[in-house]
Amino acid sequence: MRYIEPHAHMVSRTTDDYEKLALAGCEALCEPAFWAGFDRSSADGFYDYFRQLTDYEPKRAAKYGIQHYSWLCINPKEADDPGFAREVMSIIPQFLDCPTVLGIGEIGLNKNTRNELAIFEEHVQLALDRDLPILIHTPHLEDKLKGTHLILDSLASFSKLDRNKVIIDHVEEHTISHVLDAGYWAGMTLYPESKCTPSRAIDMLEIYGTDRLWMNSACDWGHSDPLAVPRCALEMKRRNHSAEQIDQVVYKNPLKFLSQSARFMPGSPKT
Amino acid sequence: MPSKQEILDLQFIDARHMLINLAAFLDRVDRHHGGDDYRLEALKAALPILLSDRSDRAKVVLESFSDLSTDLPQTAPFQGASGATRPTTTPHS
Repeated sequence: MRYIEPHAHMVSRTTDDYEKLALAGCEALCEPAFWAGFDRSSADGFYDYFRQLTDYEPKRAAKYGIQHYSWLCINPKEADDPGFAREVMSIIPQFLDCPTVLGIGEIGLNKNTRNELAIFEEHVQLALDRDLPILIHTPHLEDKLKGTHLILDSLASFSKLDRNKVIIDHVEEHTISHVLDAGYWAGMTLYPESKCTPSRAIDMLEIYGTDRLWMNSACDWGHSDPLAVPRCALEMKRRNHSAEQIDQVVYKNPLKFLSQSARFMPGSPKT
Repeated sequence: MPSKQEILDLQFIDARHMLINLAAFLDRVDRHHGGDDYRLEALKAALPILLSDRSDRAKVVLESFSDLSTDLPQTAPFQGASGATRPTTTPHS
């Protein structure tokens, strides 16, 4: 089986995980910038993180035949300090021309604050100015529904935004229809204790169809599974989904969205 | 698409396992000392949804755990999410 892992935080994973992903059929993966589990003490910490995302990780992935792409931003949690966030944002443009950078992400909200929202909107404007796709994180647990509404309301104020170039991630049963009905792509994150299980993700595929939906593991430093996508593909097979339907969700859909960046070319050597 | 029978064959044991785990969790909380907790209240409030005849129980359960307030703080009063709305952020209506 071939598949694309559209959301994985490989800086937090071991090289063994790259081997497991390759053995499971992963051809390409995308790594959005995120919160590292602790707050960085300076913008220089982000400079090194962006170097890691754009230089070191693509080389590490290439050793296993996997293409590594990235999305850049300051994550919503650390964006609650707007002065610090703008300092970090000032160094992002110098990385946007790197050959494996796809767009701006994962921006969004964490605790649904005015500070987070202001930095979110400045990121959206940066993406618009550069004609880049956007990957959006929605808040965790009890904050997700409110955060999703705030994000959708905010995006609606950008009249020039192409909604086909925006994916809103970590949707669950109470947010998916809001995202799809507004014309955006939606990502379902397969996470063991929060977000979504494979069974629930397949329920949503059966209810909402496969158009403008992808699945990802978002594997990171927390309790997470880098093989969540192939495991969900296996569960789809057990629930009588055809090989074509599985390929649509785990390969063709992420390919369609990500190919809106001319840099995303699975199968071609990148490093 | 699988039939009801096939879904039950595939997942009944797992659903049974999860339900017993939940029952044991409630017993465990009751057996230990301490006061009321908003998370336990939220969990108990969601349980009747499971017995309703609606076809969107998962969605409604998730909504029941959601912060429905409309205020926007300038900065986060605390970090992290607990899975249920803290009493201080309960809507005023």
